[in-house]
Amino acid sequence: MKQNLFTIKRSLLTGAFFAIMSVAFVSCGGGGGSTSGSDSANNNASADDALIGAGSSFDNPLFSKQFAEYNKVGGLKVNYQSVGSGAGISQLTNKTVDFGASDAPMNGKQDSALTAPAIHIPITAGAVVLSYNLPEVKDTLMLSPEVLANIFLGTITKWNDPKIAAINKGVKLPATSIVIAHRSDGSGTSNIFTTYLSKVSADWNTKVGKGSSVNWPVGLGGKGNEGVAGLIKQTPGAIGYIELAYAIQNQMAYAKVQNKAGNFITPSIASVTAAANVQIPADSKISLTNTEATDGYPISGFSWVIIYKEQKYNSRTQERATSLLKLLSWMIHDGQQFSGALNYAPLSPAAVSVGDAILKSATYDGKAILQ
Amino acid sequence: MDTSVENGIVTRSELQLRVTNSTPEAIAAKAKKSLKRSFRHIRTESVFKRTLIIMGLVMVILVLGIFLTLVVQSLPSIKSLGLKYLWGKVWDPVQDIYGAFPFLLGTLISSFLALIISIPFSVAVAIFLGEYHPKGWLPDFLKNTVELIAAVPSVIYGFWGLAILVPMVRTLENHIGVEPVGVGIFSSSLILAVMIIPYAASLGRSMIQLVPSPLKEAAYGLGATRWEVIRSVVLPYTKSGLFAGILLSLGRALGETMAVTMVIGNTSIIPKNIFAPGNTMASVIANEFTEADKPVYVSALIELGLVLFLVTVVINLIGKKIIDRFTND
Repeated sequence: MKQNLFTIKRSLLTGAFFAIMSVAFVSCGGGGGSTSGSDSANNNASADDALIGAGSSFDNPLFSKQFAEYNKVGGLKVNYQSVGSGAGISQLTNKTVDFGASDAPMNGKQDSALTAPAIHIPITAGAVVLSYNLPEVKDTLMLSPEVLANIFLGTITKWNDPKIAAINKGVKLPATSIVIAHRSDGSGTSNIFTTYLSKVSADWNTKVGKGSSVNWPVGLGGKGNEGVAGLIKQTPGAIGYIELAYAIQNQMAYAKVQNKAGNFITPSIASVTAAANVQIPADSKISLTNTEATDGYPISGFSWVIIYKEQKYNSRTQERATSLLKLLSWMIHDGQQFSGALNYAPLSPAAVSVGDAILKSATYDGKAILQ
Repeated sequence: MDTSVENGIVTRSELQLRVTNSTPEAIAAKAKKSLKRSFRHIRTESVFKRTLIIMGLVMVILVLGIFLTLVVQSLPSIKSLGLKYLWGKVWDPVQDIYGAFPFLLGTLISSFLALIISIPFSVAVAIFLGEYHPKGWLPDFLKNTVELIAAVPSVIYGFWGLAILVPMVRTLENHIGVEPVGVGIFSSSLILAVMIIPYAASLGRSMIQLVPSPLKEAAYGLGATRWEVIRSVVLPYTKSGLFAGILLSLGRALGETMAVTMVIGNTSIIPKNIFAPGNTMASVIANEFTEADKPVYVSALIELGLVLFLVTVVINLIGKKIIDRFTND
């Protein structure tokens, strides 16, 4: 009896050991080969019908609301992982998700890593605002593109600089030094902001450039919107960029920015939607920064959902492809009604019609999915 | 039962008693049973030993595996950037220029500064708990409190640092006339110092308690004061243990990520003084990994992990050498 018990114990021990070893080896293999990961994801997906998406953390609050509502209407579950735009794109590249979401269109290198062409569907729009900490200044600060670029390049270092005073007539600006706060983590917010600065300032374009992480000439880095907001709130004389939704929810002061038409625009849901009401190219890969729209806020940007154009890959069923396309179509139409309450800018009519055309171009085995 | 209980022969007489009372069959059965029992013991012993060896090997394989993964994954970056990576001063993902020097410097400065700040506290706590008051409710309370410091998640230190410590550092910076930003290497070193105290303190306390009392008693007998006993008996006897504890806490400081990234200021500019903002290797990896969108960029970040790994190994090896020398003296 006792011996039996012992044998059982021993076999349990060996079993546990092999289990540990196999886990170790599987995770070793995971880094090198993307195929094993995609297979397991597909198996998971077929086990329950939930669609899987990954990407932009900026989209996450809106997506959570939209997917919950769509579950009520369409009875479809969507599993969204808010891992960041770059990670979302790489998961789509590895075919471990049904769709990726990104605050920036895929760049050339990311495109070339794909085995099949992908399409971008504009899903919502957001804005980046300049928040500042100047307790003495009661009026809303106004900033022009040149001043903004020079502040972030470190060439304007005091708040009472004549260049700032020239556009803020009648405002008593303090003589404190400007402390710049930027994102330390790679983010779509940084990408929109640096893309804007690259467009409006030749100096910025050559010295720094655009990207989700750049080599900041000056300033402090904070992790996430909350990190930057924390730095701004704490440091007198600080200025930094954060998402519009975050600034509204936390009642932070933010500046008016002069757009291409010369108007000083207060960032708001309306002015962001207005920024998107321009001629949009057929592939929708347009940066809304420095928009032509006369009443549009210049530091705005689309967020995209990215899917493969040919939906038949890795033994995907036609039902799965159809439900994905139906979901995306619902998101750019009925789903937009949930934007406002969450401080996202609804898509402009121009963007919706381009999005429709792009969705119709998606195919399953060569045939269009949506009619 | 008329066995004598004197001089420890109780078992023997009991055995004799039982044997005389048994039949030959019973004796044989008993012998067989005890034989089986000892076989089983031997087998348990060997299985246990084998398990220990396997577990030990798993750890070795794991560390080697991590090292190999880091090397293999950072090959693209090593190929395209070469050794310049180590002393390059610019980290520019847009133009694919990666230099790890500012982060290497930030990691080393913030960790060693934290160590310097924490040593007086950890040694004092160790001496207090190990020598002055080993027992009683107050030392118990102090001991548990110090150990609790190690159990607090680092993100909480980060928040506390950002909300409480950074404004205080900013006031200090205003007084001494450096740029008053608050966040920076000094703030992160303060947070790190608090976080690493328990490691050195608990090891130091156990080492001090292990000092043989005859040594101390002899010193007291020669008329030494308490301070003299600590200085010339306890500390020399425990220095390798204390040093090992300090090394352990340095390892913790080198790898700490979350709390540091929240208060260090995260700039890739080489710090001009200890109050300037900087960045560490661990926090750069944590910050930039998710959005690294180019293969070389990812590889450069992994190489940063490799450098951190090697720095830790080198510091540990140096530490081992120093401990060996202490012990040989």
